[in-house]
Amino acid sequence: MSPTFYLYLSAILFTIGTLGVLLRRNAIVVFMCIELMLNATNLALVTFSRINGTLDGQVMAFFVMVVAAAEVVVGLAIIVSVFRTRRSASVDDANLLKY
Amino acid sequence: MPTAILASGLNASGPETAVFWILAPIAVIFALGMVFSRHTVHAALMLGGVMLILAVFYAAQDAPFLAFVQVIVYTGAVMMLFLFVLMLVGVDTKDSLVETLRGQRFAGVVAAIGFLLLLFTGIVNAGIHGSKGLHAVNFADDQPARGVENAGGNVYQIAKLLFDRYVFAFEATSALLITAALGAMVLAHRQRHTPKLTQRELMQQRFKFGTHPAPLPGPGVYARHNAVDTPALLPDGSPSPLSVSLSVELVSQKHGRAPRPAELGSSAAAHHPASGKGQSE
Repeated sequence: MSPTFYLYLSAILFTIGTLGVLLRRNAIVVFMCIELMLNATNLALVTFSRINGTLDGQVMAFFVMVVAAAEVVVGLAIIVSVFRTRRSASVDDANLLKY
Repeated sequence: MPTAILASGLNASGPETAVFWILAPIAVIFALGMVFSRHTVHAALMLGGVMLILAVFYAAQDAPFLAFVQVIVYTGAVMMLFLFVLMLVGVDTKDSLVETLRGQRFAGVVAAIGFLLLLFTGIVNAGIHGSKGLHAVNFADDQPARGVENAGGNVYQIAKLLFDRYVFAFEATSALLITAALGAMVLAHRQRHTPKLTQRELMQQRFKFGTHPAPLPGPGVYARHNAVDTPALLPDGSPSPLSVSLSVELVSQKHGRAPRPAELGSSAAAHHPASGKGQSE
């Protein structure tokens, strides 16, 4: 089967993640959508690796996973500290830098 | 080598096509459900489903190592972290359906569709025909480490790349992980504005202000009722409201199980001798 289908699936998942970031206002759900986008990119990298017949794509996907794990740790810590001061996880409520 | 079996079993064209066409729509449905579900916990579970399906796709594409790492790191660690923070922040926080910016939803959907078309055009224009496949690379036995288990194979080849060509990136990763751990500690650290109370001060406060200095009574344990929402009975047979936690009472009211002081008061006489007998036996 042609690996192009995986690329289409990856594009669809990435777009759904973008849609979630644009539409949702709960910071945790926005964060999950970012994770979905990272996962879609990983699928594309693994597929590229298969298309080109080298393992570099898989190593890159591995590094993306490491960076994503670090990002989740820091991002969730930010969400927790914002929640502690504003008592809300909505991205609309963190607006002190707005004016 | 189970990974090789896993990879080769899925890699024959027929089964892989079937797996793809069964799981890909499920992945898309889960992803859409994640975006549109109002319950954050449902969204988290659906994201976990998408991640598991992606792990299957990695296994089908000659990447068994990444498939296992995906399950361990994403569905294991990252999703647990998400659920943990969800519980910390409060499960009941639902999104309001009010648009703060007028037309934001419509504009977002239009932008997403445009972006999807852009990506699809790019993939079509790339003109990818067939693939070289990774089987030859994964099982290229150049200088196999003799006596080492799983010499050759995907994990071995990735390790060779990781510790040879990408070793500086790998070292930079360790710096990144340490920084992230430090950052999380700094961000989640709460500064104390008041000095910590000693046990003596706590005790004094309790006796100065508290109307009930002793610990609260525990919930009732009887022969037929043994639950935290069953109030304890006072010596005169009346139920003690102090013995049931307020949040437990709220939950049982929400689920239609009204707290039963009245019910218990009437049946207390019937229960009491029975429970006494049960305990003595």
